[in-house]
Amino acid sequence: MDFTAVLAQIKPKLGCVADNLRIIESEITKAREAGIDLIIFPELAVSGYFLKDLVPEVALKLDSPEIARLIELSNGISIAIGFVEESDDYLFYNSALYLESGEIRHLHRKVYLPTYGLFDEQRYLARGEKFRAFDTKFGRFGLLICEDMWHLSASYILAMDGAVTLICLSSSPSRGIEGDSLGAAASWQKLSSTTALFLNCRVLYCNRVGFEDGVNFWGGSEYVAPSGKSVVRGPLFDEGFVTVKIDEGSLRRERIFSPMIRDESLSVTMKELARISGEREK
Amino acid sequence: MPYGLQSNMELLRKLLVGFVRDEVNKVGLNKVILGLSGGIDSALVAFIAAEALGGDNVHAVCMPYKTSNPESEEHARLVASACGVNFSVIPISTMVDAYFELFPDANNMRRGNKMARERMTILFDQSALLGALVLGTSNKTELLLGYGTLYGDMASALNPIGDIYKSQVWELSAFMGVPVEVIEKKPSADLWMGQTDEEELGFTYSKVDELLYLMVDQRLTRSELIAEGLESEFVDMIYLKIQNSHFKRRLPVIAKVSNRTIDRDFRYARDWGK
Repeated sequence: MDFTAVLAQIKPKLGCVADNLRIIESEITKAREAGIDLIIFPELAVSGYFLKDLVPEVALKLDSPEIARLIELSNGISIAIGFVEESDDYLFYNSALYLESGEIRHLHRKVYLPTYGLFDEQRYLARGEKFRAFDTKFGRFGLLICEDMWHLSASYILAMDGAVTLICLSSSPSRGIEGDSLGAAASWQKLSSTTALFLNCRVLYCNRVGFEDGVNFWGGSEYVAPSGKSVVRGPLFDEGFVTVKIDEGSLRRERIFSPMIRDESLSVTMKELARISGEREK
Repeated sequence: MPYGLQSNMELLRKLLVGFVRDEVNKVGLNKVILGLSGGIDSALVAFIAAEALGGDNVHAVCMPYKTSNPESEEHARLVASACGVNFSVIPISTMVDAYFELFPDANNMRRGNKMARERMTILFDQSALLGALVLGTSNKTELLLGYGTLYGDMASALNPIGDIYKSQVWELSAFMGVPVEVIEKKPSADLWMGQTDEEELGFTYSKVDELLYLMVDQRLTRSELIAEGLESEFVDMIYLKIQNSHFKRRLPVIAKVSNRTIDRDFRYARDWGK
């Protein structure tokens, strides 16, 4: 079905959960008033990104009042949002929730925690162990958190699991000021476009803005159609309320024109991966 | 110039202006202060700050010593009026001379360091008076080479240009409209008469920036650098300079005693709660 979405390109405050929830709630209200169906927030929108030792302080359990409030808000609008999740056995995950009609439809825990260059996630966070597609009012979705998308297998698994819309929540830092555009932005745009093109699916990418300790997050949230074409792209560096209209027809047409997913052989892939896995263990 | 140093000026400008605005505003302030020497680095920072916060919120202080080239103060004045920031002059001769009356044999290096640190104390005092953050003006080239005074000109709250090389400082300055007199003159710390950076360092900025870019940013190995046509003696000398000045780029070393030692296992972003 056709639906509208907002990519809420916000600027969270580092470690200030209450302040960020106020920002989030006001964006949700604005989107509801505009009659939007789905609102998407960046990775760790509730807490900010370079948390380090703040991780346990900003973490929320799924039964916390803060999450309960977000679930309640999802009665009027579907919500995808990133936060630090504290599990019952006291592990801390970089997680994303998909909330709809007053319930949790899906929880994704970031699998690929970047720990190189300026990133240090594995020092502070536990690793998720699965990629699963899930059903929503708007069809079957897949959730990815930032670095997850740089692993081809992640989006591939979601597409094989039936997802036709991939949502990627991101806190991507600016770097690379050579050439026509920002290096980080150019790489991401290529990645989103290629992912959509290979898997005949839509990509909804939401990235934050602002600075933390001198590191800038570049924004540039975008909606990429199943053809790989960027339909709407948010501003670079500035906050944005990026509204996108998603039509079912373009997905259907694309899947008729380029039926790669129809022809994809899961059995060949499985057979070869099993062989490789076996050989590696020898 | 290597490709990676040919920066996208419009983006760079936007990023650095945004950095100053965001990092100053988030601590609840709207003013900055900086030392304006008449040289290009501080001129560029003044231009960035003026665009970020408005000229009225930027305080530029020129702090000449009696041996400073009079042209430096003229250039500082020119820069301040070109970007519309507040400008004042606080000479440091009496303070510095009072100290060296006790140590009349002190060499140029000691005198130069003392002057840089004298200026630092003035900036931080004025920053308390005005409610303004101190902006740093050290570029990536001099930070990597250790060509600066620890707790002197290297001290600041925020440094917008610490990740861009001198070659990029030149290019961005031209792009942002820094007066041409300041861009075209020979870089000098102006600590004593006739001093120029390139003479004192023994190589040009453009030569060392090319090496630093390939070695630090691109992580080429020694043999790869030599295969690129760089002289091995030059590569080794610069490597040693970076290594031997690394202490200047770190906090003081703390003896570990407890389970949570500041900066080792007590780790928070500086923007904690901002």
